[in-house]
Amino acid sequence: MVAETSPEIGGMGHSVKRKEDARFIRGRGNYVDDIVRPGMLYLDIVRSPYAHARIKSINSDAALEVEGVLAVITGETLKEFNLHWMPTLMSDTQMVLPVDKVMFAGQEVAAVVATSRYAAADGVEAVEVEYEPLPVVMDPFKALEPDAPVLRDDKEGKTDNHIFHWEVGDRDATDRAFEEADVTVSQDVYLPRIHVASIETCGCVAEFDSVTGQLTVWMTTQAPHAIRTVFALVAGHVGLSEEKIRIISPDIGGGFGGKVPVYPGYVIAVAAAVVTGHPVKWIEDRIENLQADSFARDYHMAAEIAADSDGTLKALRIKTLADHGYTDAACNPSQFPAGLFSICTGSYDFQNAFAEVDGVYTNKPPGGIAYRCSFRVTEAVHAIERLVDVLATEVGMDPADVRKKNFIPADAFPYQSVFDWEYDSGNYEGALNLAMETIGYDELRREQAEKRERGELMGIGISSFTEIVGAGPSRHFDILGLKMFDSCELRVHPTGKAVARFGTKSQGQGHETTYAQIIAQELGIPASDIAVEEGDTDTAPYGLGTYASRSTPTAGAAGAVAAGKVRDKARAIAAHLLEAEEVTEDDLEWEPGRFFVRSDPEKGVTIQEIALAAYTNHPQGMEAGLEAVSYYDPPNLTFPFGSYICVVDIDKGTGEVHVRRFVAVDDCGNIINPMIVEGQVHGGLTMGLAPALYEELSYDESGNPLSASFVDYLVPTAVETPAWETANTVTPSPHHPLGAKGIGESATVGAPPAIANAVVDALSHLGVRHIDIPITPDKVWSILRENGITE
Amino acid sequence: MIPGQFEYHAPSTLDEALALLAEHGSDARVLAGGQSLIPLMKLRLASPAVLVDLNGVDSLSGIEESDGQLRIGAMTRHSALERSELIASRYPLIADAAAVIADPLVRNRGTTGGSLAHADPAGDLGSVMTALGAEVGVAGPGGARTLSIDELLLGPFMTTLDEGEILTEVRVPQPEAGSGGAYEKLERKVGDFATAAVAVQITRANGSCSAAGIGLTAVGPTTIRASEAEDALTGSSLDDDALRAAADLAAAASDPAADLRGSEEYKRDMVRVLTLRALRRAVERAGG
Repeated sequence: MVAETSPEIGGMGHSVKRKEDARFIRGRGNYVDDIVRPGMLYLDIVRSPYAHARIKSINSDAALEVEGVLAVITGETLKEFNLHWMPTLMSDTQMVLPVDKVMFAGQEVAAVVATSRYAAADGVEAVEVEYEPLPVVMDPFKALEPDAPVLRDDKEGKTDNHIFHWEVGDRDATDRAFEEADVTVSQDVYLPRIHVASIETCGCVAEFDSVTGQLTVWMTTQAPHAIRTVFALVAGHVGLSEEKIRIISPDIGGGFGGKVPVYPGYVIAVAAAVVTGHPVKWIEDRIENLQADSFARDYHMAAEIAADSDGTLKALRIKTLADHGYTDAACNPSQFPAGLFSICTGSYDFQNAFAEVDGVYTNKPPGGIAYRCSFRVTEAVHAIERLVDVLATEVGMDPADVRKKNFIPADAFPYQSVFDWEYDSGNYEGALNLAMETIGYDELRREQAEKRERGELMGIGISSFTEIVGAGPSRHFDILGLKMFDSCELRVHPTGKAVARFGTKSQGQGHETTYAQIIAQELGIPASDIAVEEGDTDTAPYGLGTYASRSTPTAGAAGAVAAGKVRDKARAIAAHLLEAEEVTEDDLEWEPGRFFVRSDPEKGVTIQEIALAAYTNHPQGMEAGLEAVSYYDPPNLTFPFGSYICVVDIDKGTGEVHVRRFVAVDDCGNIINPMIVEGQVHGGLTMGLAPALYEELSYDESGNPLSASFVDYLVPTAVETPAWETANTVTPSPHHPLGAKGIGESATVGAPPAIANAVVDALSHLGVRHIDIPITPDKVWSILRENGITE
Repeated sequence: MIPGQFEYHAPSTLDEALALLAEHGSDARVLAGGQSLIPLMKLRLASPAVLVDLNGVDSLSGIEESDGQLRIGAMTRHSALERSELIASRYPLIADAAAVIADPLVRNRGTTGGSLAHADPAGDLGSVMTALGAEVGVAGPGGARTLSIDELLLGPFMTTLDEGEILTEVRVPQPEAGSGGAYEKLERKVGDFATAAVAVQITRANGSCSAAGIGLTAVGPTTIRASEAEDALTGSSLDDDALRAAADLAAAASDPAADLRGSEEYKRDMVRVLTLRALRRAVERAGG
């Protein structure tokens, strides 16, 4: 267990108020759209009304007549610099601007550069594009049929729409386990295409100094360092050089994975800045954001479980079709085309399992990003948590009992899963028991039975999820070859204050507070005396950024290690300062903020005194200063877990689902800031409620987006959100320096199946086994009416 | 999400506004609360060359009872209806609806007259005023005239207002003793347009229903008056069988289109469910 620090120091376990909120609640944040540069121009984008069409011509004449319009950039313009295509993080290719055809409705077709945003918008209206519509492929299953049009005819030799096949596990052994099992259940589970819909859309300001060759880009990115390297690699041939590229990620209004990719708009803005010699701002609007920026999920999963008749799980088999849109623009680690989907055995002790995923091209926007999720973990958890309920119904057991019977036991950790992950720590039954006690599970079951007698519809749903976060160990994890370590550079000033810079980038997570608390914990310097900086590639150490709940497991650990290095040096300085006491380093003990003499605890020096000495009175032979760097390569991932229980009531007349109660028990190991953890869980739960009941990106058969604004992309508000009840168990990670695990995404991952299971449970006596999310009122109504239930 | 260019006028009297409309003819659009027109302009689905902004015409706002009528000025904000004690105490149907129009931001700006003149079939006030048997006052180059709500609402986003005319006020008959009303709205989330919504107003006299008004929101090309349901209720004892029969007739009167909110069948059944719920509440409110 970690040492206690005083509230003044504010180390781990203290609900320190968020340092960053002082500026946010005053409206003094500094977002990309707040950046204004002298002579700045504005860029706006012409987008395709067709999901698949050949571009016959682009006529810019009328646009160039609009007052204030300076230039119209097309694919042909970029082609001259070989910048019309760019690589995706999955080593696929994506058009910056098309020269031949468009592949989804809303795709970038041309860009207008103007002296004002209004002129740019007028210019976009005036660009005339002639299209020849082509056959549209929207259904990923049809995309794989032999007669389907080949969408990616730009790829030489491509004869179908298949992107990749990935599989894990022993297919034959799993098949045998299914043949020998008492009971098998199967269920198709679709996790719909959704969008992060962060409150801030994407954009950038690009500025190029034609004399020095310096490019500065303020942009909405979760991974500024990786972006810098990508820019250098992709545009090296036009003269961009990594030491002259500066990426600044200022305050970010929500990322959730949607600000990891490089979008065409960024590249066009950079090209426009280089060509015009003026700073260029590009900020997309909400409709552009929803219809063109990377989607998440869109997994069609056929899942099966084999079990004994007493509910003992024997084998899991999942076959998945992944609709990636027109290019695989996921942001997974390179070796994981299906992300960490192999966490799909979940919290259960499976001896046999096999999973496979096939990626498919369609005429939809590209993506496959990890929306508040560590790379396809949400998909995996939804499949297993739904299937366990299907099995429970099949064998006539309570879903809680099936889970408890099959949990990986608390004494089995570290646990090697059948898919070869080493789960670091867990106590799954402990979390479920706490959730059941908190919500009064047995009483709810009694109430449900009574209500069923009266014809009222009430359901209870459980989700006992296990996550896999904190990518990741360098032996497995890289993005475009860049290993997924993360970093901290810590510098203690003479007056005992400190600045710590990290390779990650907060988008609302509260890093300025939690990182300061980590260093406060290790050094005893008050968290309020520690400035945390991120997001500027000129000052921060190299890191892979913030997504996949990796900041605390990687950069947070780097902070602890760097602070430990500083403390080691501080010990030597302390011994020097206590020379008169005739002590050596070995005679010194540490308490938060102070070294003291073991035999005489009254004698000691504080970290602040040591800091001053490091610059004013350091030992001869030792370098002055007090600073350290850590590039932390995690030995393993961390495996946060939890058990959620949801109670729903269903309106028989309208089919509306009301979440009456929702208890979330999370275990993210040792907790740095309980208030921030609670906030993360609240936000995550709401983002789990969203796809469970509301959100879906829908398209018509021609590929037109039907939910391209907040009119039809239904982000829940406070009104729709129930009063979450949260609690924690604490099972420290054995390998993380602080015993911590990631927490940012547990609730997004764990909530949807709890809600879906509750709704299905409410209807299970009617024979209902599954409903795909989002569970909208009209879907429920159809089921009710089919069963003759009405008001 | 950037509108095209337009000319902007902000008159302070109704006469000035009418003169501006006369001057600019079909190029001009009246701007009231702007909660529909401005989004349409930002999407460039509407590109009026001239906007005549009524927000400075103070005489168009207000809520009062006079001459047996409730008079609501065209520029009265939804939030004013929501907060009005007069509305809360005597016009529960309006109070119900005013609390569920879009969201608080829209209600702070959106206006009664703007909503009716926009004639969106999903507009809540169209069915409310239909159920209440309201009429609207209109000013124009030919002078003032009065239209019943049924005469006003012509079709989807179409009214019988002539070019150059301004809707100035809404007049609702004061309720007789034994009256009650209610609004039931089903929406996917707060701020959404209704999947379906139903406004009902009934009057009970001597144990039976002496008058009934039922308006349907968002289930047809325009606001729908469920006339057969009204007729069936009138003269009935308002028992549950009568309410159910009226709800079935209201559903039959609806003409919904399928969209992401649901199928035609779903919406039609929602009209039935919501009508029944609204009638039950209205009967309760009518008392005795």
